[in-house]
Amino acid sequence: MELTLAIAIGVLSASGVYLILRPRTFQVIIGLSLVSYAVNLFILAMGRLRTDAAPFLSGADANIADYTDPVPQALVLTAIVIGFAMTALFLVVLLAARGLSGSDHVDGRGD
Amino acid sequence: MAGVLTLVNILLFPQLAGGQVLVSRTEWVPQFGLNITLRMDGFAWLFSVLITGIGLMVVLYARYYMSPKDPIARFYSLLLAFMGAMLGLVLSGNIIQLAIFWELTSLVSFLLIGYWYHRGEARDGARMALIITGTGGLALFVAMMLMGHIVGSYELEDVLASGAMIVESPLYPVLLILFLLGAFTKSAQFPFQFWLPNAMTAPTPVSAYLHSATMVKAGVFLMARFWPVMHDSQLWFWIVTYTGLATLIFGAYTALFQRDLKGLLAYSTISHLGLITTLLGMGTPLAAVAAIFHIANHATFKASLFMAVGIIDHETGTRDVRKLSGLRNYMPFTATLAIIASGAMAGVPLLNGFLSKEMFFTETAEFDPNIFVNLSLPIGATLAGMLSVAYSIKFVHGVFFGPPPTELETVPHEPPALMRRPIEILVLLCLAVGIIPGITIGPFLAAAVHSVLGGDTPYYSLSVWHGFNLPLIMSIIALVGGAVIYVPYYRRLRNIDGVPLTRGLVGRRVFERLLVTATNRWARHVVGAFGTQRLQPQIFTVVFLALAAGVGAGWARLGNLPLPNNFDPVLGLVWLVGGISALAAAQQAKFHRLASMILMGGAGLATCLTFAWFSAPDLALTQLLAEIATTVLILLGLRWLPKRSPFAEAAPLAARFRRYRDVGLAALVGLGTAVASYAVMTRTAPEGISDFFLANAYTQGGGTNVVNVMLVDFRGFDTMGEITVLGVVALTVFGLLRRFRPASDSAERPEQQRMLDDYAPGASQHVADDFLRIPALIMNWMFPVVIVIAIFMFLRGHDLPGGGFIAGIVLSLAFILQYMAGGTRWVEERLRILPVLWIGWGLLFALLTGLGAMVLGYPFLTSAFAYAELPLIGKVPMATALIFDLGVFLLVVGAAVLMLIALAHQSIRRPKAAGSSKPKQRAGLDKWN
Repeated sequence: MELTLAIAIGVLSASGVYLILRPRTFQVIIGLSLVSYAVNLFILAMGRLRTDAAPFLSGADANIADYTDPVPQALVLTAIVIGFAMTALFLVVLLAARGLSGSDHVDGRGD
Repeated sequence: MAGVLTLVNILLFPQLAGGQVLVSRTEWVPQFGLNITLRMDGFAWLFSVLITGIGLMVVLYARYYMSPKDPIARFYSLLLAFMGAMLGLVLSGNIIQLAIFWELTSLVSFLLIGYWYHRGEARDGARMALIITGTGGLALFVAMMLMGHIVGSYELEDVLASGAMIVESPLYPVLLILFLLGAFTKSAQFPFQFWLPNAMTAPTPVSAYLHSATMVKAGVFLMARFWPVMHDSQLWFWIVTYTGLATLIFGAYTALFQRDLKGLLAYSTISHLGLITTLLGMGTPLAAVAAIFHIANHATFKASLFMAVGIIDHETGTRDVRKLSGLRNYMPFTATLAIIASGAMAGVPLLNGFLSKEMFFTETAEFDPNIFVNLSLPIGATLAGMLSVAYSIKFVHGVFFGPPPTELETVPHEPPALMRRPIEILVLLCLAVGIIPGITIGPFLAAAVHSVLGGDTPYYSLSVWHGFNLPLIMSIIALVGGAVIYVPYYRRLRNIDGVPLTRGLVGRRVFERLLVTATNRWARHVVGAFGTQRLQPQIFTVVFLALAAGVGAGWARLGNLPLPNNFDPVLGLVWLVGGISALAAAQQAKFHRLASMILMGGAGLATCLTFAWFSAPDLALTQLLAEIATTVLILLGLRWLPKRSPFAEAAPLAARFRRYRDVGLAALVGLGTAVASYAVMTRTAPEGISDFFLANAYTQGGGTNVVNVMLVDFRGFDTMGEITVLGVVALTVFGLLRRFRPASDSAERPEQQRMLDDYAPGASQHVADDFLRIPALIMNWMFPVVIVIAIFMFLRGHDLPGGGFIAGIVLSLAFILQYMAGGTRWVEERLRILPVLWIGWGLLFALLTGLGAMVLGYPFLTSAFAYAELPLIGKVPMATALIFDLGVFLLVVGAAVLMLIALAHQSIRRPKAAGSSKPKQRAGLDKWN
């Protein structure tokens, strides 16, 4: 289980990093998204994996050992929303840069 | 205010006359020996009277000098700020505090010199002054710290008492040079003198105040203040005396050739400051007395001269000595005052300048065993005296005598009497001190001298007549010699352009060349050597360094990795698909954008399932919704990207090499993250802060969904920052797209639309009505349903998966559905909400919730909760965090819808018609443009 997730994180980050290193803006935007999946999963994994733990308290007398770690989840939730905002902003910057320079190369000129 | 300060100052004198020191000390950072100490003794008193008294005169004078068009409030506030800084400087009893006030005077003087900032030369002058004096200030600051380090205390009293310790310290030469750099730059000593003439672009009251009486005196003040500490050393003698002498002669010589009256006065000031510096450098107590005396004298006559020049400038419109002559007939009072003041400048008997100059001559004529010193000082002094007589005559004769002026546009006349009054007072002081020095200045000078020299105070006489001795002969030589220099050459001096002999030695030019070299040429070299304008190599470097750092940090801690002991085939299958999607997305991103995006969605879905799998339903939900919104946004953007075909382009060798290199790096990064995450996951978790949240979410936050309680309650401040970012991003997107112009090759309508229109004209505009009619109808009907889902998600968020974020994105998906069903035009015609307002209200709600808690005395964003019984719905958690979450909800809706509208609107923009700069828009859509 851990190995599966570790390989998943590795594959996601490898494909993401490869795309980030590419010269076209669209490739970079896809790459950033893939890297953020990898990072979000990585953060979640920091709380250790629990498959059948309840995420919601059953009341004031709950035994806290039965529940998942909420801290990575809260962090990842924030990260997802910020990632969404970042993708949107980057998309628009990409479009504006393309409109201005006529090229979709990250440096604003093709080669 | 200046008047009150002057009065307070004068009234303080009786307490200081006996040599007492008034000290007020407030502890600031006592651990570091930093206190705010105000210390007034006789010397500081003399200076503060000069500062406040001449300040008062200048304030009165400026009332008439400044034009009504100038922003007068700024002028006076800066002038008074300067006065404050200068007073702080002379009254500082802590040397660090002194350095801080020193910097303050530089800063305020920068603002004052650049007061008329619409003039380029004023800006240049101000910048030059700031750079020179600011650099000096920095040097001084280091010197002060060294001094404090040697002595072990930053209190002025302690420093003054440990002169021997400082001079004997091995650090002394460094300290002295840094210290003198500070003093010399401020007091415009050679070779830093050039900033002062360029600072004459300031309004004349500023020149009168800063550049004759106060700021430039700060340097000599400093040297006099620390004179008891350093005057015994040889190094001090040689550097200070000869810098002073060089400045004295250079200033006087250059002043003689100035055409601008203010320039003449500026160089004269430089020369007089040189004189004071020379005196301080000589190290004998009598010389120090003369220096202090001359500081006061120079301030009075030079300030009055500056004001007189200001009047001339004001009345005639020029300060060019070639255009002025014979003004004595037009403004007799001003002429008389200016003539007396220039007499003092030249050192004519019965005026105050004579007395201190006489003392100077006496000191230079003292016998010194070193033959060079013995000759150079008196000869240099006499030469400078001659030159200063000559330029004084030039000033008086050139401006006030001779034929009436011919090149003036107006007929000059006397200024308002009140404008002259400050000059009258100052000139009266010159006369009083010059004729009856013992009564007028005697006691004050005694107090000042005593506070500097302490027990060493020598006997000195202030009487006008000392008998026929060597100094008097030197004075006579200077007076006669000055006239002899001037008379035969005055016509040529009047029209001369530039300074003979030293013309090439223009400090200003050197300075500017240095500035250009340092800030432009070197900077360009550095950028050329280390910078790159290309992002791709930069990112490669960043990723590479990050990998190296990660491997370096993690390698040693890796230890033995345990073998995997459990495997879940379903999760394995999910990630088999997810991993292949990710790799394929990477491979397809160049030529098949749509395919790549769909594949990325596959990887995203796998991530989403993983979240659900590992007990994180909130994350799964948010990920799914954000995924949908992102996909829609990217789809809207795809249309503006250039078409690429895999067949048209053959990759050059370099690009292919780069690709393989990047594959290698990416594979290493992937391997690294996989190993790192595996290593972490197979260890037991350390004790974290999670248990706190689990234990307190229900009892203190009133919710069972711990993640949501954390977001809106425990970590509400983070969420607040996050939604702010979201709002900012949405506004940025909107702003960027308002002026969006597509690239020329994407401006036409897309190929697919054109194909459709070829098939049936106008079909592309009515896709929804035609073959998508039934889905479109369902989507229309979904709108209220989605709204209900959003409200449901929002309300249950505190206890079950949901909350403001999720509900917000759900609601914005309702809008996306309408776009898909009806098309952009259809939606925009019916859109009634103002997303920018929603963003604003959202932030306001969140903020008010937090502030509400503060009003009730709790920390920012503390929440209270209760459960409410609503009819039909049942028991609903009602925490104030819910209001906060409502803010989050509103903002997320506003931001998402705003971005959506802005992007979608681009598709119905009319392409820019060739030749017309503004595209025609449909009337109703202007608000989105």
